[in-house]
Amino acid sequence: MTAQILSIPGSSKSRFRTGGVSAGGLAIPALIALGVFFVYPITLIVWLSFTSPEIGFGHYLSLLTDGVTVTVMLRTIAVGLIVGLATLIIGYPYAYSMTVVSPGWRTVMMTMVMLPFWVNIIARTFAWFILESRGGLIDQFFQALGINGVVLLNTWGGVAIAMTQVMLPFMVLPLYTQMSTIDRGLLRAAGSLGAKPVASFARIYMPLSLSGVMSGFSLVFVVALGFYITPALLGSPDQALLSQIIATRVQKLLDFPGAGAAGMLLLVVTLIILGVLNWLVRQANPLMKRGAA
Amino acid sequence: MQKLEHEQAITVSNVTMQYPSSTALALNDVSLEIQPGEFMSFLGPSGSGKTTLLSLIAGFVNPSSGTVSIGGNQIDGLKPHRRDLGVVFQNYLLFPHMSVFDNVAYPLRQRKMDKSQIREKVTRALALVRLDPYADRLPKELSGGQQQRVAFARAIVFDPRALLMDEPLGALDKNLRSEMQRELARIHRELGMTFVFVTHDQEEALVLSDRIAVFNDGRIEQIGTPEDLYYRPSSLFVGRFLGDSNVFSGKIDVETSTFISPAGSAYLTREELEKTDANVMIVRPEAISIAPKTDTNTDGFEAAVREIVFTGSNVTVYMEFGDGTPGIAKLTMSEASKLAVGQAVTVSWDQLRQHLIHDDGLTS
Repeated sequence: MTAQILSIPGSSKSRFRTGGVSAGGLAIPALIALGVFFVYPITLIVWLSFTSPEIGFGHYLSLLTDGVTVTVMLRTIAVGLIVGLATLIIGYPYAYSMTVVSPGWRTVMMTMVMLPFWVNIIARTFAWFILESRGGLIDQFFQALGINGVVLLNTWGGVAIAMTQVMLPFMVLPLYTQMSTIDRGLLRAAGSLGAKPVASFARIYMPLSLSGVMSGFSLVFVVALGFYITPALLGSPDQALLSQIIATRVQKLLDFPGAGAAGMLLLVVTLIILGVLNWLVRQANPLMKRGAA
Repeated sequence: MQKLEHEQAITVSNVTMQYPSSTALALNDVSLEIQPGEFMSFLGPSGSGKTTLLSLIAGFVNPSSGTVSIGGNQIDGLKPHRRDLGVVFQNYLLFPHMSVFDNVAYPLRQRKMDKSQIREKVTRALALVRLDPYADRLPKELSGGQQQRVAFARAIVFDPRALLMDEPLGALDKNLRSEMQRELARIHRELGMTFVFVTHDQEEALVLSDRIAVFNDGRIEQIGTPEDLYYRPSSLFVGRFLGDSNVFSGKIDVETSTFISPAGSAYLTREELEKTDANVMIVRPEAISIAPKTDTNTDGFEAAVREIVFTGSNVTVYMEFGDGTPGIAKLTMSEASKLAVGQAVTVSWDQLRQHLIHDDGLTS
């Protein structure tokens, strides 16, 4: 299911099949690397979470009952959804304009999206640290408006704002890829058939861009759930996100099984949320429902 | 989709169009009137302005100057969705995420018709294009020809004031093309709707149209019935664009009542003698008769056979006249059987099937 959700728009399973055995063979190095460096450690962690120190659901039960983890997890998911939504709201019009401007401007806009990628994540996060701290630019701005004490540092809101900026490319790129496959002539056709521009956008363009929305949102949401550096630098322990809890368990408490259980719990909840979203999108676009995009 | 009683003429008056990206005029002072219920084709090479005029009528672009009106009402500045004109696009532009039924229902839903009425109209439109069993399919599950029919159904289902088509058969292969041509002719007969049809294919235009407007370089060269254009072109461009022809440049000699060209001299009728500025004679290849050259028939046009090509229904003979002018004739099998490549022949035709024109580009 995840493979499908996260697939690049335009790719499809059938294309792999046509390659046959020889093309499949090309994937072997990647499969070995995945097996050794990903599947094995994950299996180990899952195994530990159920068996160490004794066999059972002890770690999971204590996670659900310790009064902290559930709150943190809900906060993490909320932040993930908010960041996903915020990047969508900012990224959708941006990606759309990329499809209508001249090729020259498109290159400029693409570069502007990619630019933050080339700046170290820690450097970018420290930039936000300065912006959000007491007496920082944001605080000054609101003070000028007569509102005092807008210090976003150490709040999950401040974390979400910084994460939105960091994640924007993950939303814009899949959206743009999908949107550039939509024939703008369809809007012209809808116009000739009597549709007002707003109506044709809502009934023709939006549904056709949905698979890009789904790709971008899933990507941002999943990456946001596991984000560590930005929450660690901008957030605070009493408004922690799950990655911080896991890091604390591993680094400070050396509680590997407990950390593994927390990771597993997050994974399961994530898959459920993505599954529901994916189902909703398929209902809206029969092209995706019939499984051949 | 009953026959429409209150059809309205489309009038284009002095329309000039210049795209901002280009210095040349896409349309240069074009005027024409399309009669209600008429099948009118815009014919011309690519870049001649025919698609631009269609887009202007549809409202996708606005003219630099001039007006377009339907039924006496100016529609300039009216957005496409308020013009009530059906458009069929070259690449169909069906909505890929909607079923055939939903595609055809789309214009009716925009007009807020009630459900039962939509169902009835869509069913009838799909029956008209013989696609009733495919209502639930998605466009990509149909062949090119079937998609084309959906595009037609979608463009006529809301009883538009006219149907505009931009090279709708361009993407189809030859057999499907002629089948769709007959379908189009049938649908036009059944609906009695005004059809405006853009094409660069002269044969298609000749087969389908009540009248044809021939475009060249942003202007209309000639408007007329297919017969008019084919047998009585007003310019060399029209003559050449509508099929093969023998073109002789020369001038009228009133003394001898002939048209004298380097390739030979032809007798003229009395009316033809009055076209004093004529400098080109056009003869269609079907009008040509060829006889082996003998000593007794010395007047007329002499030529040598260069190539004989069997084309199925007839034989095309390529010739070269005495002065080097190329010639072409379409003969039956039995007529051609007497000929051989390299042979010297005498070429003649019925006086009534020659046509004189004046062409500015020709200096002779």
